[in-house]
Amino acid sequence: MSRLWKEFSKGLWKDLPPFKLVLGLCPVLAVTKTAYNGLGMGLAVIFVLTMSNLLVSLLRKLIPAKVRIACFIVVAASLVVCVELLMQAYAYPLYLQLGIFVPLIVVNCIILGRAEAFASKNPVYLAVADGLGMGIGFTASLTLLGSIRELFGYGTWFGMQVMGDWFEPFTFMVEAPGAFVCLGLILAGMNALTNWQRKSKGLEAVTGPVHDCKTCGMCATKPGA
Amino acid sequence: MDYFVLVIAAIFVNNIVLAQYLGNCPFVGTSKDSGVAIGMGLAVVFVGTMAAAITWCVQKFLLAPNDLGYLQTIAFILVIAALVQFVEMFLKKVIPPLYQSLGIFLPLITTNCAVLGIAIICQREEYSILETIIFSTASGAGFMLALVILASIRERLDLTRVPVSLKGTPLALILAGLMSLAFFAFKGMAS
Repeated sequence: MSRLWKEFSKGLWKDLPPFKLVLGLCPVLAVTKTAYNGLGMGLAVIFVLTMSNLLVSLLRKLIPAKVRIACFIVVAASLVVCVELLMQAYAYPLYLQLGIFVPLIVVNCIILGRAEAFASKNPVYLAVADGLGMGIGFTASLTLLGSIRELFGYGTWFGMQVMGDWFEPFTFMVEAPGAFVCLGLILAGMNALTNWQRKSKGLEAVTGPVHDCKTCGMCATKPGA
Repeated sequence: MDYFVLVIAAIFVNNIVLAQYLGNCPFVGTSKDSGVAIGMGLAVVFVGTMAAAITWCVQKFLLAPNDLGYLQTIAFILVIAALVQFVEMFLKKVIPPLYQSLGIFLPLITTNCAVLGIAIICQREEYSILETIIFSTASGAGFMLALVILASIRERLDLTRVPVSLKGTPLALILAGLMSLAFFAFKGMAS
């Protein structure tokens, strides 16, 4: 039980996907114009991630190691098609808002990264806990970023007017530059928090997560690795 | 003339990274060194163009006639994965020097959302095969341009002292934001 909680909770803070692991940046930047879009995208990712972890974990003994990445991609792509069809049927306005980023869930590093790093090596219940935790962490991050951008860019939150009449919308925030700068500042804030905690324990400051292709997890796709 | 507008729009106005938010992971991940950035950029131009052209044919001759449009995502990603494998083997065998310089980036391309993104955009905009090829090459060039600029700036930044919490990815993202702001100036030149 404690193991289950550990795998679930690590996605919520310790390995929070976009902010701590710096994975899956494209949807994080692209669909967080409003909090609602961020939440919708997050829910789609929770579904795909949990189901793909479940299926990969179930099939882990059947999938030959050499073609595992291709198999993971097929599993993820099939689930993404399910999400696309479901959204077209039940959440069409959201589907139009998210646009091209719904099919692009399939190349979100989180999905393949978790399949490769976790689900293909662990039993089903742990894989599902991991997927749910990571998915919820991802959703929370997207909703947070969306809330910040929507609040400053439109003066609203989930479509509700928050700022008064005096507020001049800060359009920069809902355009592409604002997305980059806002995410950069959040990451810097996370690093500053980590460093502050480390300082109070008497440890040296660190530069935070190094984001390059070695830590991405997807480099497992390299034949040599 | 239309093709010229298409090229300018794809490189500057709707830059794939800075305006369309595609391919951000490699954009941040491989921009520490301008040599690596050029290699990654060339790999995206090369594979992106081939992938867009082949997926266009798949959609036109395989999926559309059989009313299988909903399988687009699965079909495209499989085509791209197979293409990347094939290109890798081909280069290794036939053009070893090119493989030496691009080889390590090729596997990363499969999950680069810029490549799949370009292919899907071409379908959504209903481009013809010629427009698809021009658009995908130009988009790849736009990716390379942004990547090389960012890498050059980051190489210089390595020599300066920045606050420890901003170092690395956060600063790269803020830089990308400023570049994106600069590219905003092209808005309105072409749609």
